[in-house]
Amino acid sequence: MEVRFTSSGDTAFNVEFGEAIDRATNARVMALHARLKAAPPPGLVETMPTFRSLLVVYDPVATCRREMQAAVKAALAGGGEAPADGRLWRPPVCYDPDLGPDLAELAEALGLTAERVAALHGSAEYFVYMLGFMPGFGYMGDLPAELERPRRTEPRVRVPAGSVAVAGRLTTVYPWESPGGWHLIGRCPVPLYDGGRPDPVLLAAGDRVRFDAVDRATFDTIAEAAGAGRFDPGSLRAA
Amino acid sequence: MGAFLTVIRPGLFATIQDLGRFGFQELGMPVAGALDPLALRLANALVGNPQGMAGLEIALLGPALRVDAPSVRIAAVGPITLTLERAGEAPQPLAPHRSHTLYQGDVLRLGAVDGASVACLAVAGGFALTPVMGSLSSYVRAGIGPLGGRPLGQDDRLPLARDGAPDGPDVELPQPPDYGAGPLRVVPGPQEDRFTEAALATFLSATYRVGSQADRMGLRLEGPVLEHRGSADIPSDGLVTGSIQVPGNGQPILLLNDHQTAGGYAKIATVISADLPRAGRLRPGDALSFKAVTVEKAEAIRRRQKQVIAGWIGAIRPVRPAGGIDLEALYAENLISGTVDIVNGGSDLDLS
Repeated sequence: MEVRFTSSGDTAFNVEFGEAIDRATNARVMALHARLKAAPPPGLVETMPTFRSLLVVYDPVATCRREMQAAVKAALAGGGEAPADGRLWRPPVCYDPDLGPDLAELAEALGLTAERVAALHGSAEYFVYMLGFMPGFGYMGDLPAELERPRRTEPRVRVPAGSVAVAGRLTTVYPWESPGGWHLIGRCPVPLYDGGRPDPVLLAAGDRVRFDAVDRATFDTIAEAAGAGRFDPGSLRAA
Repeated sequence: MGAFLTVIRPGLFATIQDLGRFGFQELGMPVAGALDPLALRLANALVGNPQGMAGLEIALLGPALRVDAPSVRIAAVGPITLTLERAGEAPQPLAPHRSHTLYQGDVLRLGAVDGASVACLAVAGGFALTPVMGSLSSYVRAGIGPLGGRPLGQDDRLPLARDGAPDGPDVELPQPPDYGAGPLRVVPGPQEDRFTEAALATFLSATYRVGSQADRMGLRLEGPVLEHRGSADIPSDGLVTGSIQVPGNGQPILLLNDHQTAGGYAKIATVISADLPRAGRLRPGDALSFKAVTVEKAEAIRRRQKQVIAGWIGAIRPVRPAGGIDLEALYAENLISGTVDIVNGGSDLDLS
């Protein structure tokens, strides 16, 4: 599809690569993001990748739309390799019904057992398309087709931090306690956002995630260690 | 020891803000920053700071601060009352839009903010706080920023980078800043094609009102319903301060500094950067309307605004002593009359 430029006022524009949420479209977004990050044109403030478009934020006093758009077009024409696959993370998840209050309801709606939902969710490798909604909230896909279900009609006012959730063909781990409309099927005992870390956000767009199912006792042990600062989240990165 | 402003009453919602935390939106980190960057720039200029240094943004009702330093120079910009309480003296009102030099033990009481959503207080030299991800802006929703990213609390001590006021006299702006009037100017898009022709025409002609749900994240607007062409939902994409998104109910939401980095509602238009200080000052009940401009026009307005602000800052002059004729000030005024003309000539930021 033709690349499309759309306006976000006089400080940003979007480079749209399509309408679909798929890996091929997102790879083009990430490739442009990487190129502009490696060689930022004068006046570029930052770029932010989303599913199918890149937001290009610039300083309208230091440059202007015409110049920045020309620089982005040059970067697009320059081609170059798509960025290599990001890091692989193995966060633990416990699919205990206490920790995944929507697991039973979701399984029933899908015509599956709770065990089957957990097994399917835990079997796939996910790709972090983008972060958004709140700091460190990763939109990861693609969820196995058997688990596809629209968001809850009534969003929850309080989703506990660490909740592992699904909606559509996506999954996530809530980094904070917050409102949320996704189905909660488990919980991760390690905070994916920690302001005390030099890099507070663990995941980055382009990373991959494969969940490690753990039982309740293991969950409790890790949660206690993480709470006491005795768990290094860096250890979740697969070699 | 050290030099501090000690919070003896926290007020209702005072936060440390600079011009925003850029560079981390790809991690989902909101930009935050001063709702009224013009007030922050001018308050900083009045105390001799770089324009973008972090200051105190005050909403609703300001704090009371005790000076625990030999001296400090402060300036407030915006619709707020200031009162100085000094031992052995009657409380004394202090004017905004000028600097004041305060001394050990003085209490500065910041009153109600009335006429806009926020006012701004700067201190000479700034606060000796540790930046988080390169910025001193507070993102309260997730507790990110100095002071744990929260508003001022009782007994907080705000460390000062300087332990005394700078040399030289206190200074003032010749007049309060002119924010301009009329419709907020917008660039249509990024998803204007998701709306009917009628919706676009309505958006650019109707009067909207700021609803009761209004905070640093955004303003829910009430007015004529804007009809989508098809669904209101899009694949989530990037937002900026000033983005106007329209959910399925057709009522626009004007996003401000604490907005999420990405969102899944179609956006009809974006407020131009030169008009963001005005947008950030809006309060529930305020009426507003919109006018479309091109990106090139928005850029010209922004460049002109930068000159106008530089003119205002250039016109900052020593405060005239009370009573008597101050010849030095008169001469100074003559010398800068050219600048004053630029200010007057530039107060109409609309180039149309």
